[in-house]
Amino acid sequence: MTASARLRELKLDRLSRSYGTQVALAALDLRIEGGEFVALLGPSGCGKSTALNCIAGLIAPTSGTISLDGRPLDAIPSERRGFGVVFQSYALFEHMTVRANVAFGLRMRRLAKQVVADRVAAVLRLVQLEAHADKYPGQLSGGQQQRVAIARAIVIEPPLVLMDEPLSNLDAKLRLEMRTEIARLHRDLGLTTIYVTHDQEEAFSLADRLVVLRDGETQQIGSPGEIYYRPANPYVADFVGFRNALTMTLRKRDGDSGVAEGHGLRARGTVAGAGSDGPVQLAIRPDDLVVGGSGSGENAFEITVDAVEFRGRSFVVEGRTQSGQRLRGSSEATVPIGERVTLRAPAAKVLLFTERC
Amino acid sequence: MRRRLAAHGIDHTLLLLAPAVVFFAVVFLYPFLYGLVLSFQPERYVGALGNYQQFFADPFLRDTIGITLGLAVPAALFNVVASVPVAYRMRGAFRGKRLLIGLLVMPVTLGTVLIAKGLLTLLGARGWVNRALVGLGLVDDPVRFVNNYEGVMLTLIITGFPFAFLLTLAYLGGIDPMLERAAATLGAGPRQRFWQITFPLLAPGLTVTFILTFVLAFAVFPSAVLVGEPAGETRVLSIVAYRAAYEQFDASMASAIAMIMAAVQLVVLGFVLAVRGRMYRGVRARR
Repeated sequence: MTASARLRELKLDRLSRSYGTQVALAALDLRIEGGEFVALLGPSGCGKSTALNCIAGLIAPTSGTISLDGRPLDAIPSERRGFGVVFQSYALFEHMTVRANVAFGLRMRRLAKQVVADRVAAVLRLVQLEAHADKYPGQLSGGQQQRVAIARAIVIEPPLVLMDEPLSNLDAKLRLEMRTEIARLHRDLGLTTIYVTHDQEEAFSLADRLVVLRDGETQQIGSPGEIYYRPANPYVADFVGFRNALTMTLRKRDGDSGVAEGHGLRARGTVAGAGSDGPVQLAIRPDDLVVGGSGSGENAFEITVDAVEFRGRSFVVEGRTQSGQRLRGSSEATVPIGERVTLRAPAAKVLLFTERC
Repeated sequence: MRRRLAAHGIDHTLLLLAPAVVFFAVVFLYPFLYGLVLSFQPERYVGALGNYQQFFADPFLRDTIGITLGLAVPAALFNVVASVPVAYRMRGAFRGKRLLIGLLVMPVTLGTVLIAKGLLTLLGARGWVNRALVGLGLVDDPVRFVNNYEGVMLTLIITGFPFAFLLTLAYLGGIDPMLERAAATLGAGPRQRFWQITFPLLAPGLTVTFILTFVLAFAVFPSAVLVGEPAGETRVLSIVAYRAAYEQFDASMASAIAMIMAAVQLVVLGFVLAVRGRMYRGVRARR
């Protein structure tokens, strides 16, 4: 299989879509370069599928433009955009064999029979489905159907592959396998991919760049590292696993670092956002809040343990502070319920958002 | 033993079928067999096959097969073919969809007799249209719109179309709309999406729709009498069966005609199902 006709850039300019008064997607700005793997990440209803469908040409945007290598796509119908789309439900043609499903896009392009047969065979080999070529979709397992859907989308050598929650109907083990498979295909074929998911682990492991969406609004665009370590706001922080959130008051700010107080606690961390006083939202990952030592001081939070959960390498310890704030930390050893312990976090792992969620 | 039966789906719950089986035997099987036996005991003709020999020897009777098929097949075909584009357009949700469906389906509730009466009032020799045409001096004598083949065909379409439409709409609703969208992303235009994706998936349903509207039209009686020409163009099987039974009081001949009706319908059904089986071997194989 030859490398796909590569796009140089896909540009979304203030792409919006509303349904009546409800805004599904609000002014999404995004520039995607050839070969990039971009994930649109967010919970259901955040507008990620709407964005994908707009790009695929299946939904007309309310406003904004999409352009491919400087050419606006607005007036081009789906069938002439030539993007490969993998649907959440796979949408395989149940009255056609696997081979006919994969050949469909090539037949629509009126390619010579031999060319179609060769390219279909090559792609089926790529996704390891040669043995099932003459079966019908209804005779395949979920993972095999998924591979047919991917084969059908990439056989047309599209400049852009769009995937809408492609793994959400698979069980956990298969999901991991297919994730590796998708990464391999993207890399080997030099595809440009936009991938929609609500699963942050999937997005982090696959994408070069992530777009975090909430209620149609773009929250943050960045590399997995940026989003994982430097979420732009309390919402993204919560979404990527900063499950401890406390509202405190910023007392001191020195550049990026600051000190906040509240609920009888004192925290030092990295300040995100403008302002040097007023309310701040503290965010710490449970993994960074470790049981150890005693007493009080900066970034030391005393809790009474009320739940302990075994996580393999460590235990998750949950409890309340004296003022009743719920915190979640981790411990290498188990802790008896009812015990008072101190959770500590290094200042580098503590985020203080001046902007409210 | 019980377990082995259960493995084949045979257990006590099958007893729940008993009332239905009894009902079927009493109201269908018994009259059917009675009629079948009766048809081989001719009252006026000689030999066990006398009725059948007479039916096929007499063109007045024999031709009714062609006449009935000539009405039922085109009517059923038209109803199925016409219902597809209408139902296809009405797949999605839109304002007033329920009202429109209600209007399209209304004729079903009216019944053949009322529709025939309406047609006569509108298009009959002394109907509104003819009176207007004569009154305006456009024609000298009333135009014969009804009391012929076309009149019966019209009622078959008016009563049969809503059935075909409702069934087709339901079958279309069973096809995942994502399939057409997937086809679009693969480069298929609107026509190709319909003919390559929707139509093949719809076809098995269309054959069922055809069979139902065909059977409905095949038994046409009231409109063949009321808006047809029961002695000539629209002399359908049910009319000659009725005459044999209630005008000539030959229950045996009437039974024979009824058996011939059943046989003709079975042949058409068998043909349609054979065509469908040939087309959809693939889809059936996976189920």
